[in-house]
Amino acid sequence: MIGGIRPRLELLQSTLQQTYLIGARSLVIIMICGFFVGMVLSLQAINALEQFGASDQVSLLVGKSLFRELGPVLTALLFAGRAGTSITAEIGLMRATSQIDAMELMAIDPVQRVALPRFLAGLISVPLLTAMFNALAILGAVVFSVGVMGLDGGIFWSKLQTGVYFGKDFMGGVWKSLVFGGIVSLIAVFFGYTSKPTGAGVGTATTNTVVLSSVLILIFDFIMTSFFV
Amino acid sequence: MRANYKVELASGIFLLLGIAALVWLATRATDYGQELGKETYSISARFTNIGDLRDRAPVKIGGVTVGLVESITLDAVSFEAIVEMSIAQRFDEIPSDTGASILTSGVLGDRYVGLEPGGAPDYLVEGDELFITQSAIVLEQIISKYLFNAGNADSSESNETE
Repeated sequence: MIGGIRPRLELLQSTLQQTYLIGARSLVIIMICGFFVGMVLSLQAINALEQFGASDQVSLLVGKSLFRELGPVLTALLFAGRAGTSITAEIGLMRATSQIDAMELMAIDPVQRVALPRFLAGLISVPLLTAMFNALAILGAVVFSVGVMGLDGGIFWSKLQTGVYFGKDFMGGVWKSLVFGGIVSLIAVFFGYTSKPTGAGVGTATTNTVVLSSVLILIFDFIMTSFFV
Repeated sequence: MRANYKVELASGIFLLLGIAALVWLATRATDYGQELGKETYSISARFTNIGDLRDRAPVKIGGVTVGLVESITLDAVSFEAIVEMSIAQRFDEIPSDTGASILTSGVLGDRYVGLEPGGAPDYLVEGDELFITQSAIVLEQIISKYLFNAGNADSSESNETE
């Protein structure tokens, strides 16, 4: 019985450790990018909406496009570049330096020990990073449209609270980010695990991770939007 | 083990921050929690034309939102639109002879249902129907009335195209 609990505790510990390495350490880039995406979105939206005298609607446009599309997709792309690559390179290097073979010799399951915590950490991190991205983007939009362009702050928030739907817009984005998290971390772990044990092999695997996860994120984004959201 | 402790603390903080961001977004930037509260009662009204009124459009008295449009259906016999509205329970003293009209906020704004309270001594309760209703003003009909002074002949046509 106790033998069953101990590996689970270890899995939890190493998952937390990986969550720090690939999730918490990605926070800064995600937050900076989110803030500026929010600013540029509201800048463009105000430019377009001003022609119809509808610049009040800017928060609705920013909120909807962020929650539904830009937040989940951009976060997943950034995550693939920031954390997916490091997962692949790390596991690939463990393969190249025969650490994984050594684990197998010691009867330690390398999938359980190396791959699973990284996959789980990615799955947990991406939705939370998406939330941080969205939060900072909304703040960026507030700073630009209320602070710089002088729109009314009350209208900004009330448009969000009446026009952006929790079930359809917000949760739709959360499901998307969960799927994207799964895709990116699965691909990163897979390419790392199956990379050729050479320097060039690790390099190729890292490139493949970024290319394939970017493509799959955008394909699945379209599929999920058209079928479920 | 001591080094691990710090890492686990940091990832715990990260998890909390992420969840806090989720909650903040859900409550501040979406309609979550903007519901009328659990206590509502539903009333209905019939209109000959609802324009582009949609589900979840606000129901207002004197410009203040008191409820939401729950559903819009068509009566298969009389071909009138039946609009079901849910009103927050705290507005439970709306007179039963209240009228409903479909209005537009601003020139190009969204449609909403405006209630004009009457003077009857008894109040609206769950399942009541409003009888004094005024349909949406369809801009094309007004223009054609004005231009051709033959709005009635055209109105059936423009209704079909709605």
